[in-house]
Order: sequence, then structure tokens, then C-alpha cells
Amino acid sequence: MAVTQLVGSKIHRREDPRLITGHGHYVDDFTRQGTAFAAFVRSPYAHARVKSIDITDASKAPGVVGVYTARDFKGLLAGTHPAAPAFVAEKKYVPERFPIAEKEVTYQGEIVAAVLAENKSQAADAANMIQVDYEDLPAVMDLEKALEKGSPKAHLDGPDNVCWDFTYTGPEITEAAFKEADVVVTQRVLQNRLAPVPMEPRGVIADYEGFDQKLTIWMSSQNPHFIRLFVSGALGLKESQVRVISPDVGGGFGSKISPYPEDYLVPALSKISERPVKWTETRSESIQNATHGRGQFYDCEVAAKKDGTLLGMRVVQYVDVGAYHGTFGAFQPVACLMAGGAYKWKGISARTIGVLTNRVPTDPYRGAGRPEATHLVERMVDLVALELKMDPVEIRRKNFIQPKDFPFTQNFGLVVDSGDYEKALDKALDLVGYKDLVKKQAELRKQGRYMGIGFSTWIELCGFGPSAATAPATGGIALVESAQVRVTPTGSVIVYTGTHSHGQGHETTFPQIVADQLGVPYESVELRHGDTAEGTAFGYGTYGSRSLAVGGVAISRATGKVIDKGKKLAAHMLEAAEEDVVFEHGSFHVKGSPDKAKAFGEVAFASYGMNLPEGMEQGLEAVAYFDPPNLVWPFGTHIAVVEIDAETGSPLLTKYVAVDDCGNIINPMIVDGQIHGGIVQAIAQALYEEVVYDDETGQLRTGTMIDYMLPSANEIPPILLDKTITPSPTNELGVKGIGEAGTIAASAAVINAICDALSPLGIKHVDMPATPDKLWKMMKEAGK
Amino acid sequence: MIPAAFEYARASSVEEASKLLSKFGEDAKVLAGGHSLIPLMRLRLAQPAALVDINGIKELDHIKEDGQKLRIGALTRHVTIHNSPVVKEKLPLLAEIASEVGDNQVRNMGTMGGVIAHADAAGDYPTLALILDAEIVTNKRTIPARDFFKDLFTTALGPDEVVTEVVFPVANGPHKYVKFRRRLFDWAIVGVAAQKMNGGWRIGLTNVGPTPVRAKAVEEALHQGAKPEEAAQHASDGLDPAGDLRASPEYKKHLARVLTKRAINQAEGRQ
Repeated sequence: MAVTQLVGSKIHRREDPRLITGHGHYVDDFTRQGTAFAAFVRSPYAHARVKSIDITDASKAPGVVGVYTARDFKGLLAGTHPAAPAFVAEKKYVPERFPIAEKEVTYQGEIVAAVLAENKSQAADAANMIQVDYEDLPAVMDLEKALEKGSPKAHLDGPDNVCWDFTYTGPEITEAAFKEADVVVTQRVLQNRLAPVPMEPRGVIADYEGFDQKLTIWMSSQNPHFIRLFVSGALGLKESQVRVISPDVGGGFGSKISPYPEDYLVPALSKISERPVKWTETRSESIQNATHGRGQFYDCEVAAKKDGTLLGMRVVQYVDVGAYHGTFGAFQPVACLMAGGAYKWKGISARTIGVLTNRVPTDPYRGAGRPEATHLVERMVDLVALELKMDPVEIRRKNFIQPKDFPFTQNFGLVVDSGDYEKALDKALDLVGYKDLVKKQAELRKQGRYMGIGFSTWIELCGFGPSAATAPATGGIALVESAQVRVTPTGSVIVYTGTHSHGQGHETTFPQIVADQLGVPYESVELRHGDTAEGTAFGYGTYGSRSLAVGGVAISRATGKVIDKGKKLAAHMLEAAEEDVVFEHGSFHVKGSPDKAKAFGEVAFASYGMNLPEGMEQGLEAVAYFDPPNLVWPFGTHIAVVEIDAETGSPLLTKYVAVDDCGNIINPMIVDGQIHGGIVQAIAQALYEEVVYDDETGQLRTGTMIDYMLPSANEIPPILLDKTITPSPTNELGVKGIGEAGTIAASAAVINAICDALSPLGIKHVDMPATPDKLWKMMKEAGK
Repeated sequence: MIPAAFEYARASSVEEASKLLSKFGEDAKVLAGGHSLIPLMRLRLAQPAALVDINGIKELDHIKEDGQKLRIGALTRHVTIHNSPVVKEKLPLLAEIASEVGDNQVRNMGTMGGVIAHADAAGDYPTLALILDAEIVTNKRTIPARDFFKDLFTTALGPDEVVTEVVFPVANGPHKYVKFRRRLFDWAIVGVAAQKMNGGWRIGLTNVGPTPVRAKAVEEALHQGAKPEEAAQHASDGLDPAGDLRASPEYKKHLARVLTKRAINQAEGRQ
């Protein structure tokens, strides 16, 4: 038998032929017989009182099945939207959130009425005929003003606009560090609000069968099991009565983790109307209502010695929570805990303030908190270097946590499992040709040209997560991961995972692991996920770069259990002692006698037969849950080279180099793809994307893809990748997450390059997005 | 993203299209490439009562040489214009502009007549039509470009009037269109067209006002022998552009000056 190593091979993604030839199955591809189509009426105001809703005309419109307002859902939907404690255990004020507003709307897009009709055009037409009488109220838009005494409130009944105010470590912890300092740099750093814009918007189909009292939901979601938990609870159903299917999902970037109003309303509408109900989000609805990311600013001070030694950092994070607490919105303060980056500090103080505003809620978005931390610390370190006239490379080298220091307990008690930051930095410097670039920069500066080189020596924590850390953060459910491996009589292997692929390539990578471990052909292993009626009792979804580092390990362990059982059975078949049986390359054989062997398939078939060892049950399958002992800690160095047009302020990325370390690699092509995508998303934040609302009225000004500046491939420079491999000691596969790395790393590299380019003008800091208009204005001001 | 209900009729001749427009009244719209109109309808920002589809009128899809003129049929797609050997030879600036409109989908569907009749301030063809003194031919009359563009999305067209062709003069001297935008498929934040013809320069600006602007002060300065960088300083004379998310009024005026200089220099083969 040919022995090939699948793990580590660039195997083409198994899912791609299906997805790119139109054979995928997204929610909108399913329609049940007798479906009624839903359309929602949304508030055009950021903040208003709902005085009355007139549904008379809409109710009589052609094809209308029914028109529903908040009172129709009372008694049918219980409770409020969940808000996980996440990294902020104590909240000041979490507004109650019912999926449909009754008396007050608090963001543009909040639902006030629903229409069901025979087709979606009729539903859309009837929704337009509903007359809502609003009384406009002042919109809370500015975070600092919102915190002032006497500020208008995002919710009329709220005590104020403080959702949370939590101090992890007080300023006293940094006193010694700041006393020792030769220099202190201070900066406010903004994080622009972003719309996730997944290629597939959200969608929900719900079919409540009254006779059986069973609810089936098809939903574009990153974690169907959590949706089952939330929706069954709200509808007063047992989890066993609800089945959630998330088929092919076209991207999420975090926006499909938390439950949404429609996720409750569509099932409730199915129950009310006794028909299957379908709703597919439009692109306009998606930009307006899918939870936004980032939307923060930081006030930061850093103390350092003359020689570049970093001493202390003081951080205050302001999070624009939006009108309601996103279910995992309090995850974003993880930025505070990661603010130290790849460096050693004597002390870091951190406080996070969550501010309620009249914008759509924010929630995790690719990287969630960690891009913000990287951007902050990498900016601050550059500012210190600038102040000290030090090379940005040298200041980083000087302060890195060293390989001998791992496992390294950082300032907030998190244990960084492994790393070799200088190795990645050196490789990236070689790859980009740093020495030549510095020479070139000096020449160009003489010609009056603005070329800059920007660094991001990023680190990340991911792979959520140890039960001890995550159970309190979700409100009780530990973010472990489950897997089931089933072997059929003829040796097909079906793997069920509780993670969910919405672009990550799990159908390819996970079978690579299992096929290698079992020594069976890759083709005989199939991955299934996304259906709560299949596989293990609970799955935990995909976010936070956790699927491989947690889910992959669970799969590997379940596979190990299958091998263990197979070994017992093979020993019985070979009439040998179990400890004398060896399993390799898909075959069980007696130690020292390779001829006395049973192939895995033979053992699988036998497991369904008779004459099993005493006490052994038929079948060959196993379930495993993996509770990781720690998070995993990828890292790397990204370098961006930019030139800014002296006349127009237009920034042009001319080169981008990334050396990343995610430990052992299962499929290098998928890893490269993840890094590419992540970098592009962060370049987009740095240069293009921003959700803009009118400061006064709270109207969304970037509601279409003409105004919301999602870049295309044309705007992205060639990206040059390389890697170092530092296996994680946290799991036996030695793997770390890579899904968010590019996004975590890249915005800092791009903005640092821009700041470097403009430093001859005395410009020290530029906020995102660095648009030509903004840069031109800054350059003009600086030139005065 | 679902348009309001509308009537739909497909015309097989210009006469029929005009009749249908009369029949449906003022709320009717002509459907050519649809790449501006249909997105507006999907957002319900436009709710025409009827669409008169002219895609079946084959005689409107043409590029004809007519002495010192080039007649472009209203239904001629951008892709046809930018691939046309005749346009490349007789009016290469038009081919260049056509090659930079929108993305592939837009270029495959969008039409000359559609851009002209839609009169978006950021449209590129209107600027060229204006500076070259092109004529817009309809089923009723011929309108000089300088009298055609009245305001934002507003033209001299009557309710039952259909653009049938746009007539440009032949001009194959030094030329350049500089289109400043963030993304390759975007509308121009500011665009500048420069064309040398009959010994003088024609300079036009896109998206610095509700209608295209001919930069006569720049043309005059160049005529007086000013260097491009000096003449370009006049590009913002009299401009009062509206600001938007991409550019403040000051920035647009600045871009008008910078891009004018670049357009002239690049037209003459300098960087």
C-alpha cells in the first residue's frame, strides 16, 4: 500500500467544484411547499417613538397572508436577546431587546412590523404600504458626548448610556513604570466601524409543523447549535423539538454568530401562520442590519526608556456598543487584554467603557478585539520609536518576549504558549529586502516623494477555548468542541464536527487528518456539519480561529477512539494480545509479524458481525469532546510598503509581505488562502471601508456598495507569503488558528507605512480609513 | 431590493418607442443597458410606471464614419466602442473613456445613449460630448451638447423623446482622460478630459458640478502659451462642487487642478 502523507499537502478544496459551479446549497436555494415570504418594515429613524402603525392598506394588498406588529409576538416569543458576559462580567445597563420594537425604535433598521405574502414581491410591496407614525427623538451618536451628564439617551428608559465600565487593572499598576520613563507618548487611536458584507447575506426559512410540534430552521449561520439553544428557549420549545440546518454558508466574518431578530421572528411567523416562512436578507438590509465590527477608539499612553525599553502602557477603550448589547459584543474588550502585543511590559492598566448609541449593534468581526489590540500596540511602539529616533525594527527586537520565556505569563495572566517572534521578523525583513528599501526611501525622500515602510509584529490568542475561561464568558456553556467518527460496515468514514465551515475548507482539511490517522483513502472520509439533527449533542460553531485547534483535535481524538476499539477487535481476530497489535498505514498487525494483519476495512466489517470479543458491542464509532488546556498563540511579521502621491494624497500599496506562524499546517494552500483573505480585509479597513452615519440624524450614509467602499482585487497589491513553524504545545496536533491572522496583522502594517511615509512632514499618526481626501488635508496642514 | 411593479414594453423601432413613451406618460423610462436605472429601481429610489425597452432596436447599435464626424448609435455598448478600430483611429479618447467605464458587466451592457440621457454628474461621456461640441440626435431634433445637460440627472429631452445617436467630431490629436477614483470600477471622484484639436486644447471636467464643465479658462491660458501647470491652476475657476463621502469641495477643486495638469502632460506623452 502506498503511504502518502495527507497532512501538510496542498490538496485542492473538496468543496470548491460544488461552490464555484453553482451546485452549492445556500438557504435561499431551499423552498418548502406552501411557503409564505416575509418582508420586514424597518425604522427609517435612528431614534424615535412609534406613535401608531396603520396596517389597513397593507393587509388588503394582493397576496398578503398577514401583517404583524409587536403585539402579535407577545406570549409567543419570551425574554430578551441574550447578552453574553464575555470579557466584561459586570454590565451597567443592558437594554431589554425584543425582536420587534413596539413603542420606541433605537437604530435605523430596527424592525417594527412584518408582512407575510404569497411571493416576495408582494411582501415587499405590502411592507411599503404600512404607515408608521414616528416622533423623531434625538439620536446619540458621539461616544464622548454620550457619556456626558445630561446627554440624550439612546433608550428613553435607560439610566444613561453606559453599557459597561470595567477596569481590569487600575493606573496604579503602571505607576512605577511611568516614574522610570524617559519618554511618554500619548495617542488616541480610532477603529472605524465596519460592515461585514458576507458574499451571502443572511437568510432564514422556518417550518413549524403544528401537529408534530417540530420546528425546522434553515439558516445562514456560523453556529447552528447555539441558534437552536436560543430559538428553542425563546419559543418555549425543547431543544429536541428544534432542528437547525446551516447548509453551505457564504461567509460570515463573525456576523453570523449571534442570533438576530429575524432568527426569532421567522420561526414565530411560521407558528402563527401555520406555513413555512422564508426570508432572505437583501444587500441593503445586510449593510444596514448585520452586526457591525470595530467602532471603537482608544486613549493610550506608553512609557519607555531612552534606549527603547518599553515600560508601561495605559489604555482606555471606548466601544460603540450600538443600540443594544450584541450577544457577544463584550468580546471586543479582549483588545485590552492583548494590548501588550508581542512585548514585555512592567505594567499595563486597562479599562473598557461600552457606550450605547443609536446605531446598529456591534459584535465580533473577523479578529474581534485582536486586530484592535495589534493596531494599538503596533502604532504606539512606532510612536515611541519616532520619538526616540529609533529604527522600528530595533525597538521591536529589543522588547520581544524571547523564545526562552515561553510559556510566558503576560500582564493579564494569560499564558502565551509558544513563539519565536524574531525568527518571523528576520524572515520578513529578508523577503521584503529591508536594507534596499531603506536606501530607496532615502533617495525618494530627496526627490520629494513619500514612500513608507510599515511593520506589524503581531500576536494573537485564539482557539476558544479552555472551559475554565469560556464557560463563565458565555454564561455557562464551555466552548469546547465535539466530534463523532462513524465507520460504516464497508469502511466509509463519516466525520461529524460541531464546528461550521462558512468558507474555511473544513470538508478538505478535517478528512486529511482522519485519512492520515486511519490510513484510509482520503476519498473514503466525508465531513458533515451544520445540522443539529446529526452528530453529537452539541456543537460550538466556527469563530475565533477555533475550528482546527479545538474541533480538529476533537476529531483526531474521536478517530483515536475508533482505532482503540479496532485494535481490540483486530487482536481478537488475529488471536493476539491487544498490546502486541500495532496499527500503521491502515492495517492492524502483530508486532514483528507484518503478515499477520487485518486491514482497517476488514476490522470495520467484522465490527458489525458476530464473534466479537466478550463484552464488545457491535459497530465502530466514537464521540470525543476536546477541552483545550489553553488558548493557542499564532504570530508573525507583516511589512507593508506604500507610496503616497504628493499631489493627491492617494496611498498606493506597492508591496506586501507576510511571514506567519500557525504551528503545524494541515493544508498549506488553505492557510495561504486564509491569510490572503484576512490581509485583504484589513487593507480594506485601513484604506477603504467605513460605516458612516450622519452625526446628527443617525441616518446611514454608506447603505450601498457604491458608498460602502469594499475594495476589489484590483485595489490589492501582490501579497508575498512565507512562514515559520513553531508547533503549539497546547494540543497534540501542534496547530494554531489562522482564520483571523491576516486581519489581525495587516491594518497596523499599512497605517504604520503611511505614517512612516509622511513622517518627513511631521505627521505622526493617521487614523483609518486613510483616504486620499484625509491624507491630502493632513499633508496640506502639515506643509503650512 | 425588489422594485415596485411597473409596466414593460419592448419597442422594435424608434417610432414605436416614442409612441409607447407618449402612451405611458411622464413616468415612463427608456431601458437601454439598465445598469444605472435598475439599481435605482431596486432601491425604489426610481419607481417608473413603465419601462420602454429599446434593446430590440438594432439600428441604434452602430458606429458610423461620416466625413469629419463619428456617429455613435444610442444603443452602442461601451465594449463595442472601446473595441472599435474606427473609434480608436478617429476619436481615440472616446475609446479610452469607454474602456474605463464601470466594470466588465457594465461595459458589456451599458450604452452611449444611456449615459447621455441619464446625465449622472459623474458620467464620463457627457464631458467629452461637451468639450468636443458633439450633437445629441433624438427622434425629433438635434441638440448641441452644450444645450443638452441642464442639471443633475436632467436633460433637454422631452417626455417622448428618445436619444438615437451622438455625433462627435473626428479628433485624433494628443488626448487623455484622467479619472480619479478609489476603486477601478468606481465613478470618477473627479475626471479630466484633454483633447487637442484644430491647434487648440479642449479641457473638460467630470463630477465637479451638477453637469459637465468645460474649463475654458484653462483652454484660454494654454492658448496664450501658459505651461500646463500654470494653465491648470485655472481648472477650478468658478467651480462650486458639492462635497460627498469621498471628497470635500476643496479636495475636488484641488483634484481638478492637479488632474488637469496631468491630463495635458500625459496627452503630450509626458508623465
